[in-house]
This record gives sequence, C-alpha cells and structure tokens, in this order.
Amino acid sequence: MSNQTPHVGLFIPCYVDQFYPNVGIASLELLEKLGCKVSYPQNQTCCGQPLANSGYERDTIGSSEHFIKTFGEFDYVVAPSGSCIMHVKEHFPPEFLDQNAYKELQGKVYELTEFITDVLKAEIKGKFPHRIGYHSSCHGLRGLRLGASTELNVSPFNKAKQLLQGLDGLDWVELTRKDECCGFGGTFAVSEEALSVQMGKDRLADHLEKDVEILTGGDMSCIMHLQGISSRNKQPLKFMHIAEILNQAIQ
Amino acid sequence: MSHPSKAAEFLKDQAKSHWHDETLWFVRDKRDKISKSIPEWENLRTIASGLKDYVLNNLDTLLLDFEANAKKNGIHVHWAVNAEEHNQIVHSILEKHDCKAIVKSKSILTEECHLNPYLEKRGVEVVDTDLGERIVQFLQQPPSHIVLPAIHLKKGDISEIFHEKLKTEKGNEDPTYLTHAARLHLREKFLKAKVAITGVNFGVAETGEFVVCTNEGNADMGVHLADVHIACMGIEKIIPRRKDLGVFLRLLARSATGQPITNYNSHFRSPEPGKEIHIVLLDNGRTRQLAREKFKNSLKCIRCGACMNTCPIYRRSGGYSYGSTVPGPIGSILSPGIDVKKYSTLPFASTLCGSCSDVCPVKINIHEQLYEWRQEITKANPDMAKGMSMKMASGIFTSPLAYKISGSLMRKSLKALPKSIIYNPLNVWGKERDLPNPPKESFKEWYKKNRP
Repeated sequence: MSNQTPHVGLFIPCYVDQFYPNVGIASLELLEKLGCKVSYPQNQTCCGQPLANSGYERDTIGSSEHFIKTFGEFDYVVAPSGSCIMHVKEHFPPEFLDQNAYKELQGKVYELTEFITDVLKAEIKGKFPHRIGYHSSCHGLRGLRLGASTELNVSPFNKAKQLLQGLDGLDWVELTRKDECCGFGGTFAVSEEALSVQMGKDRLADHLEKDVEILTGGDMSCIMHLQGISSRNKQPLKFMHIAEILNQAIQ
Repeated sequence: MSHPSKAAEFLKDQAKSHWHDETLWFVRDKRDKISKSIPEWENLRTIASGLKDYVLNNLDTLLLDFEANAKKNGIHVHWAVNAEEHNQIVHSILEKHDCKAIVKSKSILTEECHLNPYLEKRGVEVVDTDLGERIVQFLQQPPSHIVLPAIHLKKGDISEIFHEKLKTEKGNEDPTYLTHAARLHLREKFLKAKVAITGVNFGVAETGEFVVCTNEGNADMGVHLADVHIACMGIEKIIPRRKDLGVFLRLLARSATGQPITNYNSHFRSPEPGKEIHIVLLDNGRTRQLAREKFKNSLKCIRCGACMNTCPIYRRSGGYSYGSTVPGPIGSILSPGIDVKKYSTLPFASTLCGSCSDVCPVKINIHEQLYEWRQEITKANPDMAKGMSMKMASGIFTSPLAYKISGSLMRKSLKALPKSIIYNPLNVWGKERDLPNPPKESFKEWYKKNRP
C-alpha cells in the first residue's frame, strides 16, 4: 500500500443495509480506525447477485453498470460480504468482460477481512475474551479463497482466523466439519427449504457441541439463516459479524 | 417430481437421512486424509485435468487410433450413436451366441442406456455382479450412487432382502454372513454365463487396450469364465497413453473411496484363443455436450463419485432425489444436457458452495457450470423461470423492508409479479426460521445522520 491514505468506497450489501445496520457501522468504523478514508456512496443498490444466481444474470446489466459507475472513483471497494464481492468480481454479465472499467473494478474490490490482511496488511490488537465458532461462508472460502478449503492439499490458512487470533482472550473453536455449507444459498433457502433448514441445523449442532458462545463469520446472509433457525429453536448461541467483533475489540 | 419435493421426502426420516449424511461424510473424510498423504496431489489433479482437456480437444483422432489399435489386437469395435443402437448391438451379439443369461459388472453407462430392461424384455437374464448393484437389482431399483450403488440401504434392509431372495436366516445382519450368501449365489450365475458385460474406466488410444477397475474382482470373474466379453464404453473414456494411467488410477481410488488403489485394475488387450472381446463405443449426447463450450469439460469426469460424497445436498437428499442416472453435482451438470426440461430443477439443487469443484480429481468447475445451467434453464423453460421468481418473492423478500432493498432492481422484479404472489401469506422462510428483527433505521439512514 502506498503511503497516501486510501480512499475506500464502502459497499454495503442491500440486506445488510436494511437488516443489519450495525454491521455496516462496524465495517465503516473499523476501516476508519485502520487509517482509511471511507465513503459510502448513497446511491448504491443491490449488486444483482440474487437475480444472477437464480438464472437471470442477463437481467443484471443495469445494476452492474450502475455499480461500476458508483464505485469507479475509489481506490478500493470493500464490503463486509464475501458472497457479494464474489458476484461483483466474477458474475457481471459477459458484456462487461472486455470493458476496462470493469477490469479495473475487478482489481480493486475486496472482502473486508482480505482487505485488512492483504492490502492494509494490518494486525489488529485488542481484547475479546469469548469462545468463538467461525462459519466459513462458501463464496468467500472457495470463491475468493479467503482460506484454504479442507478439500485441497494446500498449506492451511484462514484470513479471518489470522485477524481474530490477534485478540487477547479469544478462544477459537475448531469445528468437526470446518467448512461445510450452512444451506443458505440465496434462493436455495426458500426453493429447497427442507434441505436448507436441515443443513443449517447440522451446522449449528457442530457449534453447540463444542460450546461455542458466539458464532461469527464474514457473511450476514449465512448468519441470518443460522440465527433464524437457532432463535426459533431457542439455542444459547450469539451471532456477530466479524466486523463487529474486530471493531469492538480493536484498541 | 422435482428435486425439492423428493429431498423433503428423504429428510422426513430424520434418523436415516442423518445416517446417510454421516456415512458419506466418512468417505469424504477418508478421501481428505489419503489425498493429503501424497504431497503431489494438487499437481496430479492439474496433470489429469490437462490430459482430459487434451482428450476432449482431440477426441476424433484418439478414438480412431483406439479403434485401429483395438482391431489390431483382435477386438471387435462397434459404434453406437445412442442408447437404442447400443442396446441393439449388445443384443445382437448375445443372439449370435445364443446366450440367454449374462453377468454384468458395474457400468453406469448401461444404466444410462437402460440395458437391463431392454435385454430382460427379450428373454435374457441379466445379473449385476457388483454386490451393491445386485442388492438394488433385487429391489428393482437403479443405483443411488455411482460408486456405492446401495449406499441408501442399511444392514437391516439388506438382511431382509437376502432373506427373501437368497433364503438367508431372518434377522441375521452379520455382514460376513450376508456377503458369503451373496458370493455363493453369484458364483452360480458366473458359472452359467456365456457372455460377460463390463463397463470401461479407461480406453488407451496408444495400445487399444482398456482398463476396468473394481474392488470386488467381479468383472474379472465374469470375463474369465465367459466366452464373450462385451465392454461398454462412453467415448469420453479415452486416454492417450498407457502411462497416463499412473495419474488417473492414483486419483480415482483415492477420490472414490479413500483407498490408495482400487483392488483390481484389469487391463484387457486381446481375447484368449477361441474367445471374443467386443467394445461398444457410445455417443448418446456426448458429442452434443462437447459442442457446448461452457459445459464440455463435464465430459472429463472419471466417475469417482467424490462430488457426491462431499455434496451437502446429496448427502442429505439421497441419490434418488435427482431422478437422473448420474446423481449429485456431476449429474446435475450432465443431465440438463440430455433433457433441459426434465432436469430443470437439478442445477438449482445446490448452494453453489463449490466443494464439488475442489474435490474433483480432474478439476471440473462443477459449481460454475451449475450457475451457467441456471442461466440456460431460465431461458429454455419459462415455467421454471416463473416458479423461481415466485420463490424469490415469497421468501424473506416479501417483508415490508424488501421494497426498500436494492432500489430499481428489486422493484423491477417485484413489479413483474402479480400482487397475489407478492402478498402471499405463505412465507417459506419463516416455516422453521425466525426473520431478523427489523432495526429502527437502515445503515444508509444512520450514515446520513452520522457522516453528514
């Protein structure tokens, strides 16, 4: 990173904006504490992922154009969501593939934790004395490679773990199935409701068996799904986005 | 029936679906451990993927080389454009030899062609000799998994089937006892069969030989006792050189079951004196798939089944929920190429988690192809499209907050739908999940106030 203060365009996914403003606030404050100049372009809209994953990528030309225009001016575009970042990086319609503006965008969009570890190269010092279970969301893990997936024979790494382990008192829990999908999957959550709920219950059971106190992750969509099931079943689990933990803990 | 309803049905028996999930996870875990025991694993995958790319790009010439070399070795080579032709060819060979009873080792290709019913209708007794396949054959079911055909059945189920079919003791679930009974039963069939059918794992262009991999040795037993060996092979099973087996055989067994090597990797090159070997090379839509740029590399598949074992959907919904010969992730990208309407729900039976692509020994980008098939299916099948947008609108997106989401984009898709759907009281999300508590203000509202 250059010595100049980077100007970060904060991309807050639509469901985070509406349901989880605290995650947006935490992301903003955290980036500011880490020395970034952060702006939230207020005319931003949904990136188009729900439509594209449902088979309507062709109907996202408008939202893609709008995204490129809205975030073009920034040094970096950062979002507290691996899933939305992966969509922006990989699933804009083919019309955009040859456009320089899109290529530029692809080179500067980052999921929050990878922005901190790879671009800012910051270590976060602080205190968070809690027992943490980490949910590796699939698009971040296998799409953006924010960690080594258990399927691959590569050296283990995990960008979220790297950040969280710097916090005093934090107790990182190793799960039995370290990176199995929670069953959210966007429209899958409703089109395959029975499976989606079963997958969520199974993930939660893994955390509960290991006495996890707070379940965290990088994608609120997965957490919304898991929290919804957990709350319906009155399970003693708390849920936080990793941005909330880091922002609360940072000194 | 669509995948979601069949999956929901499978999940009703919670104990059994949980067992199914754990059993296949055990295989996935074994695969993880053994694949990590050889440092060159990822390199092997890259080489295998490259070899298969080469094969797909040179399939025409490699097939002709294979045919010429196989003929030189004294093998009869047949070409079948579709399943019907394939079955006719097999039947004509049986007729020529006046054969009324055959044994067959595991071949998903003959399942694809529905060879068993075709032959049975013509008075031929077909006995599947792979233990799992024999079990599902007793039940008149297709395999529910391409490597573990009877994985959906428990010991108790098998004990009951054997009691009925093989007169084993009622209630005796001892695996050694049951497999011994199967062995005696199958031995009788092996001795009677004049013709043995096998599948083919690899056809070697350079030598005209082919390789059949089984753990039970049943392919060999069948072939060595019979006068005629018919090997049924998909045209994509070609590999260029014999030495390429050093890559594929190492990947296949480890990926399939977590074994270092399959028990029997048998090479067939030329018939014994007085015997015959036939190879039937089948297209059945493969060249059509080869012509689809986005989907052609699905033909790299070596049928290890690892994507099924790892798939969180497959493990919890079972093979039959897919309703296609090859179930699971790889089946969901192959089947729409055969019939895009019939299999329209399969590419949606996924969260696009990508685990299938990461376990695939030949690096097929399965989850990306699932995504691409979704794009094709919504074009090809407007009914499906409507169904999906209804689903979209019926979930969490019907909350009052949804109108504020994503400005024009969401409004556009909501506008396109009838009001009765948007206001549908049936909220699928909320059946077993709470909705998030709506906050007093959105992030945007907070930002306006706090970062003016």
